[in-house]
Amino acid sequence: MRLRLVPKQTSIDFFAKWKLWLGISALLMVVAFASFLFQGLNFGIDFRGGTTIRTESTQPVDVAAYREALAALELGDVAISEVFDPTFGPDQNVAQIRIQAQEGGEAVSPAVINDVADALAAVDPGLKLPFPSVESVGPKVSGELIQTAALAVVLAIGAVLIYIWLRFEWQFALGAVAALVHDVILTIGIFSELQIKFDLAIIAALLTIVGYSLNDTVVVFDRVRENLRKYKKKPLNEVLNISINETLSRTMMTSVTTLLALISLFVLGGDVIRGFVFAMIWGVIVGTYSSIFVASAILLFLGVKRDWSKKDPSAGTRFGDIDA
Amino acid sequence: MLQIPAWKRVLIWAACALGLILALPNGFYDRVERSNDAEARIEAGFVTDENTADAGLWPSYLPSSLVNLGLDLRGGAHLLAEVKLEEVYETRLEGFWPELRDALRPERDTIGTIRLQPSSGNELRVRISQPENMARAMEVARGLANPVQSLTGALENDIEVTSDGTDLIVSLSEAERQATDQRTMAQTLEIVRRRIDEAGTREPTIQRQGADRVLIQVPGIGSAQEVKELIGKPALLTFQPVVTRTENGETNPGPGNEILPSIDGFSAFYVLERTPVVTGEDLVNAQPSFDQNGRPAVDFRFNTSGARKFGDYTAENVGSPFAIVLDGEVISAPVIQTAIRGGSGQITGDFDVVESTNLSILLRAGSLPAGLEFLEERTIGPDLGQDSIDAGTIACIVAFAAILVFMALSYGLFGIFANIALIINVGLIFGLLSLVGATLTLPGIAGIVLTIGMAVDANVLVFERIREELKTAKGPARAIDLGYEKALSAIVDANITTFITALILYAMGSGPVRGFAITLGLGIITSVFTAIFVTRVMVVMWFERKRPKTIEV
Repeated sequence: MRLRLVPKQTSIDFFAKWKLWLGISALLMVVAFASFLFQGLNFGIDFRGGTTIRTESTQPVDVAAYREALAALELGDVAISEVFDPTFGPDQNVAQIRIQAQEGGEAVSPAVINDVADALAAVDPGLKLPFPSVESVGPKVSGELIQTAALAVVLAIGAVLIYIWLRFEWQFALGAVAALVHDVILTIGIFSELQIKFDLAIIAALLTIVGYSLNDTVVVFDRVRENLRKYKKKPLNEVLNISINETLSRTMMTSVTTLLALISLFVLGGDVIRGFVFAMIWGVIVGTYSSIFVASAILLFLGVKRDWSKKDPSAGTRFGDIDA
Repeated sequence: MLQIPAWKRVLIWAACALGLILALPNGFYDRVERSNDAEARIEAGFVTDENTADAGLWPSYLPSSLVNLGLDLRGGAHLLAEVKLEEVYETRLEGFWPELRDALRPERDTIGTIRLQPSSGNELRVRISQPENMARAMEVARGLANPVQSLTGALENDIEVTSDGTDLIVSLSEAERQATDQRTMAQTLEIVRRRIDEAGTREPTIQRQGADRVLIQVPGIGSAQEVKELIGKPALLTFQPVVTRTENGETNPGPGNEILPSIDGFSAFYVLERTPVVTGEDLVNAQPSFDQNGRPAVDFRFNTSGARKFGDYTAENVGSPFAIVLDGEVISAPVIQTAIRGGSGQITGDFDVVESTNLSILLRAGSLPAGLEFLEERTIGPDLGQDSIDAGTIACIVAFAAILVFMALSYGLFGIFANIALIINVGLIFGLLSLVGATLTLPGIAGIVLTIGMAVDANVLVFERIREELKTAKGPARAIDLGYEKALSAIVDANITTFITALILYAMGSGPVRGFAITLGLGIITSVFTAIFVTRVMVVMWFERKRPKTIEV
């Protein structure tokens, strides 16, 4: 008796309402983009400069008292939030304090950190010193970091576009890249909508999503390419449907195993990387969806040249004769 | 059909075994680390019973490379500093003024009085009262120029002389500025490295980044603040008379003397007179050079008062050694060959070219040549790092267990093959990480967990394909064969695209992002290897033994 996520034989019609799915995806992208424009991302200090201090205390965190204590120091914009995590012990009360970038290009002056420590220790006798972590980024570097990050995402998408174009056809490349852009925009959108901290690690997550989504798309496309040769007379939407149904079991298996790994990291991996893991979980879900409903739908929309296998019979099986 | 030559099987299993042996030390992290540290101390000349015992904790015939733990896991400080290169230009030009003044003075009849004007960073303005003879003044100033080698290899003057009405303007040439920048960066790196090494922490990273930045990562230090204090401390250079040289650091130096270690390890100590003959404040310049026998040496020059003191001392002490001491360590203790008058001298010793260059940098250095501006500072406490390791380990184990169960339930015996391959896969990742000396960070752990999830993918692709082929193909052997063959293009394409993103992440990213990219990239390599070679060998070996008529995947 085997566990099966998907019945042995499926013939779901994924493209009956392909225009509707594309429309929904487009709408979601618009919503995500609007959220990004109007609400903006909750940038971490990596991207906007400033200082974050992680505090730990044996006593429950009194955010109001902390705020009052720090207001006297006149540090400008100070945000204090309590951090909850199932991995914390009973007398582990953690808070995150973010202080805006101070005047000048420097990261932070030690005097500021000492002042903060003194002020907080006065209101919270259980405060653990030195702070478990202090991170500070000057405005000069943060500007560069955001540029490099954006460049990395664009480069990754560009490189992939070229690779798929070489291995498949330009329509496939466009479909795959449309799916990637879709995934990236939706991920940025959810970060802006839920105001989750967006820092350098999230860029890594974004690129992983790009990688994962591609992985998924390429597997579907690989089957489409094979089936296009097998069923030369069938209309494109049927070929796409057959291909997606045939790979559906694999798609679900891989998504579920990856999600199993990610969810255990989300729950048990501690709060430091929770935002990062959240981005990846979201990316796996969106990426799986997009390889069917965006990448393949775009392929259907663009159409494919059908007799390409004749000109170059070895295309796509170039790796097929590698033996183990 | 289902055949893999014996040599290929041996090769595949040997690769697995090698990877696992390389990964082995990480399973006994503390023990191996203690052993490695002890071996390093023994190498440095500290042979004690305790060190020998510690070194024996891990057998020397086994590999002992470990995965480095990143700052976010071990705790420590990370700083990015920008070197204010312009400050050096200013000092250089200020130092040039007396020389220029002395050269212009004899010309007072033609150019009139000369007066230094307040000027900005990169120029020296001198007003002359008879500007009609500016040409003469410029000629004299140009006469003071020294040739420097520009980046293109051509020789250029180190200063540029121009005029602006009544003002004579001297500025550093482009070639000289570039040469100065290079020197400043080399000095800064050297000083920072020395300062941090003094703190004795494990494996600090001190790297130049771009034209004018220094990245400093110090594991295990309490805060970024401590690092800044260490770096900022002014260097103290002294020339002291040597009383005696000893191997024993516990020797009683006697009144008025002190005992200091030699810089080149722990083997030698010097007993020195406490009062220095000359200090680094009197040193004007130091440069690598060669002695008359063509051996690397260091030339140095004192200012006038330093030259007098040094000359008197050396005249009285020909034949006895004096020590050059930097921050409480004896850099070298040459023997005085002749009286050194005129303020310049040469240090010879058992140097190679690199050492003489470093020594000249240190001598010149004294303290940092230019100010540092700290652009980025991060401190992670060791407890937070330990919490992250614990949480990451638990998450990994749970993720691993969940996937093993899930695969076994879904694919039965084939799932168990995949599971064995998955365990090997994680071992191989750690083996490779240790081999390349990569640093494991918190996002890196996430990368491994993600790899565990995705490593299954290649196997799933094959198994699903075998299932499909079982419906149409002629028998199980053929189905397995076709399954592997047809799944291959999808596996390769899918993993190459992911690998491309990992490469770009590595190239563009820094710190934690890079750590993630490394584990992801290595994870892709090992998971493709285990899926298309290791599971396949297992399946084939099982098939050969059992010869089943039908198979269920």
